[in-house]
Amino acid sequence: MDGYYAFMLIATAFVLMMTVPALALFYGGMSRSKSVLNMMMMSYIAAAIVGILYVAVGWSMGFGGEGTFFADPTELLWLDGVTTDSYIYVMFQMTFAIITVALISGAVADRMKFAAWVVFVPLWALLAYFPLAHMVFSCTEDSLICGRIGAQDYAGGTAVHINAGMAALVLVILLGKRVGFGKEAIRPHNLTLTMLGAGLLWMGWYGFNVGSIVFGGETEEDNIAQFFSETGRTFANTTLATMAAILGWLLIEFLLHKKATSLGAASGIVAGLVAITPAAGAVDIEGAVAIGAIAGAVCAWAVGLKFKLGYDDSLDVVGVHLVGGIIGTVLIGVFSTSDGAGGVDGLFYGGGVGSLGDQALGALVAIAFSGVVTLVIGLAIKYTIGLRLSEEDEVEGIDFVAHGESAYDIHTSGGGSSSVLAAKTAPVTEGANA
Amino acid sequence: MKLVTAVIKPHKWEDVREALETFGVTGMTVSEVSGYGRQKGHTEVYRGAEYDIALVPKIRIEIVVADGDSEDVVGIIVKTAQTGRIGDGKVWVSPVETVVRVRTGDRDSAAL
Repeated sequence: MDGYYAFMLIATAFVLMMTVPALALFYGGMSRSKSVLNMMMMSYIAAAIVGILYVAVGWSMGFGGEGTFFADPTELLWLDGVTTDSYIYVMFQMTFAIITVALISGAVADRMKFAAWVVFVPLWALLAYFPLAHMVFSCTEDSLICGRIGAQDYAGGTAVHINAGMAALVLVILLGKRVGFGKEAIRPHNLTLTMLGAGLLWMGWYGFNVGSIVFGGETEEDNIAQFFSETGRTFANTTLATMAAILGWLLIEFLLHKKATSLGAASGIVAGLVAITPAAGAVDIEGAVAIGAIAGAVCAWAVGLKFKLGYDDSLDVVGVHLVGGIIGTVLIGVFSTSDGAGGVDGLFYGGGVGSLGDQALGALVAIAFSGVVTLVIGLAIKYTIGLRLSEEDEVEGIDFVAHGESAYDIHTSGGGSSSVLAAKTAPVTEGANA
Repeated sequence: MKLVTAVIKPHKWEDVREALETFGVTGMTVSEVSGYGRQKGHTEVYRGAEYDIALVPKIRIEIVVADGDSEDVVGIIVKTAQTGRIGDGKVWVSPVETVVRVRTGDRDSAAL
């Protein structure tokens, strides 16, 4: 299995690329120019914090043994007892933890204190992600979602996307709306960054989905045969679902607004990838196209809910990840085939409603668990250091307030500051550029 | 002397400049501005949310000319910047008391 090992080295780097820089670019382009750096920094710092925490206790809580909700955090503390030839599997799972936490950041644009984010990130990874990763991915007999309920989740529809999407929903309710939400046009400031980020996410997602193969064979030959057949299936499903979701999103958008937008195409890519994540191994290519098309269309509609229901999910983490994650997780019960990774026929393939029930229950458990844990963490931060920036700082822009920087130094179309006028604000201290 | 100020569509700016140069206008001040008139901006759609964007980008040209030239300059700008569609812009003329060339101190018609 040398080929598999070499592939995992690359797959792991690909999944890290999904956060740094792909997600940061995807979200950064959608934010306003006064908060793009903070938006990108939320991903970068999540990578730094969660990565180290994962090695410290995350791997042990996820994969250190039995447990309904999580395994013993001290069993493999700081990878004690893990041999270096297994490190790459730790690193692979670490990149999942990182992106799951980073996904939440899109919902809290412009207004969450950077310090509050820095406190939220390790607490949420520890209390929400590491346990759900155990319940779903370790699949010990007593693990809740995989072992006890028996729900299928190939690469993280529940543990990653429902988890992050639900956390986003709870956080934005605690945070409140941005100043001007629903009144001003709060527009994306650079959709070319968003298109680039979406493309890189798509590429990285091959590491995410295809790298999530778990071997079940009794002999090396069985595993090699599984490696060849299953990676082809997951690669093709990931590709086709994404393509179908682009078309699904653009179709709905065109019917509702008479325009097919670039942001719609970028969003469709992510919606399709999210929905096929749990189902990548379970369905055949027709199922993948169906799931992608449904996810693209439904998410295109779901991103409008925030205006009707009045919560400011700024960059649509709920509308894309929670909704897309539920669609993919539940539709396994409809489209899975018994020659797929789970070996179960779904409703459309004569398997009855049993699998559909398991999938729905698995999704519900993830929603409830993530919702409750995020609420506790969010309230704890809100009533100690506070979650939200002052209104004055929010209007001024968090890039300057929290990081002391501005993303761009260029002429604006409004005839803004020229370089001559800007020179009045030249550095007081002589920096490296002086 | 008169100050001719024109606010026009950005894509017409090159045509206007060429026409004015042909006429003999030797200099002008140009800025990128945004604003709206009776067209009231335009609509953009982001993830299903339609926004009325009040301000649309325009080019503002400012030229100081001798009294006798102002009508010709206005005529040239209107002729070249016109597309006949909404949002073509405006041109207006205002009196100018004094002009001084910074380099030489020349005043008024000698400074134009």
